[in-house]
Amino acid sequence: MKRRFPADALYAGLVGSAAACVLAAAGLIFVVTLQGSIPALREFGSRFLLGTDWDPVAERFGALPYIYGTMVTSGIALLLALPVGLGSAVFLSEIAEHRVGAAISFVMELLAAIPSIVYGIWGFFILAPLLREGLEPWLIAHLGFLPLFQGFPFGIGILNAGIVLAIMIVPTIISISREVLLATPSSLREAALALGATKAEAIGVAVDAARPGILGATILALGRALGETMAVTMVIGNTNQITGSLLAPGATMASVIANEFTEATGKLYLSALIEVALVLFLITFVVNALARALVYWATGARREAAAAA
Amino acid sequence: MSLGNGVSGAVQALRMSPTRARVRAVWNAVFLGACYLAAIVVLVPLAAILWELLRRGLPGLTPGFFLHMPKPVGEPGGGMANAIVGTLILVGLGGLFAIPVGVGAGVYLSEYKGGRFATAIRYLTDVLAGVPSIVVGVAAYGLVVIPMGRFSAVAGGVALGIIMLPTIVRSTEEVIRLVPRSYREGALALGAPRWRVIQGVVLRAARPGIVTACMLAIARAAGETAPLLFTALGNRFWSTAIDKPIASLPVFIYDYARAPYDDWNRQAWTAALVLVLLVTVMSALLRLTVRRTRRR
Repeated sequence: MKRRFPADALYAGLVGSAAACVLAAAGLIFVVTLQGSIPALREFGSRFLLGTDWDPVAERFGALPYIYGTMVTSGIALLLALPVGLGSAVFLSEIAEHRVGAAISFVMELLAAIPSIVYGIWGFFILAPLLREGLEPWLIAHLGFLPLFQGFPFGIGILNAGIVLAIMIVPTIISISREVLLATPSSLREAALALGATKAEAIGVAVDAARPGILGATILALGRALGETMAVTMVIGNTNQITGSLLAPGATMASVIANEFTEATGKLYLSALIEVALVLFLITFVVNALARALVYWATGARREAAAAA
Repeated sequence: MSLGNGVSGAVQALRMSPTRARVRAVWNAVFLGACYLAAIVVLVPLAAILWELLRRGLPGLTPGFFLHMPKPVGEPGGGMANAIVGTLILVGLGGLFAIPVGVGAGVYLSEYKGGRFATAIRYLTDVLAGVPSIVVGVAAYGLVVIPMGRFSAVAGGVALGIIMLPTIVRSTEEVIRLVPRSYREGALALGAPRWRVIQGVVLRAARPGIVTACMLAIARAAGETAPLLFTALGNRFWSTAIDKPIASLPVFIYDYARAPYDDWNRQAWTAALVLVLLVTVMSALLRLTVRRTRRR
């Protein structure tokens, strides 16, 4: 027989409504940014996303240079971080001794918690001079025939932002990929080894099985790169242009908000910036929702096994 | 799920020529070598950042840095006492909003975990954790700054509270799950109602973990710059009023790093070092607590 206590229902309602507050927080962010961007939505419609003009004086706003900047810097970051991060995750989960793997992962998690402004001042004071005097002149001299590497070695710009973002998202890729790799059954590797596979081939089997989770980790890292603000704002140079060169300064959606929000005079200007925030919110929301679903799916099996044990 | 190239390669190995064996051995060595290399490459920039932080930040780490006010432009020296107090007030306000809600939601997720609503909230919490902090700042601007008519510490606190929320919810859930089932069963067997079991036994057992989780969320929020730029704004003067603009460490770093004065740049590095120490010590504490509880 089960006794019922009225206070139980009350308590469940109380903590349940706390949980509902999380829902409310997400809802409020959407509603408030949507409401704030109504004037810009009315005025520009779809021209907002496709226009390249950003002229506060004439009150013409097109966000394409910022969308371009966000996409390109995040793309560079993924391109640099993915191979290195994946290799490290394989090293930590498959090759290194468990103790070493756990210790390095611990350090990685600490590094993931470093505030982005700190990466920003490092990129601004340390990385920018290195790029200006080392890498960028070399790129111009040797690969300057490509449009990607034409221009002047400023040190700050799209390339710097991409590198700083890569450093920032690598811990995310490593820690989740390692989790997912550890979640694949060891019988896969054992079977491959028993058939005479080399160690690399056996790891290949495990990586194959972990692919959805690794994809999830990658998209999650992408989400972080897309919305990253302070580090990028400090190293990207903040100009609204689409040049096609990685060496040129640029701006991202997040950086233009950080830079111009407090200076935005005029209702339409402010509304345009809020619409940039809305677009950024929607993009990162979709990206994160997708990534989380993949990671849940990939690690869910192990969690259930652990719960049953 | 395909079994991949590894297995089919291995099957072929049974009737393999000597050259093929050599190719596979070389590929094996290259692959493993590349993984070693990747692990080293990852550590280089991260080590470089920590090294520069110590090299440039440590010399300025004096008691005066914590106790003095910023000096007027052009005068060397000065500290960031107002920014430290400002950050404490901001994260305090954020915690005030986020901790009751976050712990409550964490309890819900761990103790009433079966339902579809719980799954949806857990999922949404993780997605919310990925929303850019600058967007949260814009939302807090619309929610608090516009109705109030001015920038304020409260607005910054609301922004930081929203940012803390996912961390608190998920790590509370995690530490509560570590409480052994036998505790709950023992209390229920004694006839205690469920809410008493949770409140008096489960939460009491999980308290150290929950406290550390909240501290970690607060430490992380203390490093957030973007959501404060147009909510708490910043202030070069002493202010503890929560309805006025207030200084904070991250905004202080941002302003001082961009300023054309060497002395200010040095102070930015020192402030960055202080922030990093704060965050990493808190994170390490949480991890160690969770691990120790798990072992028990």
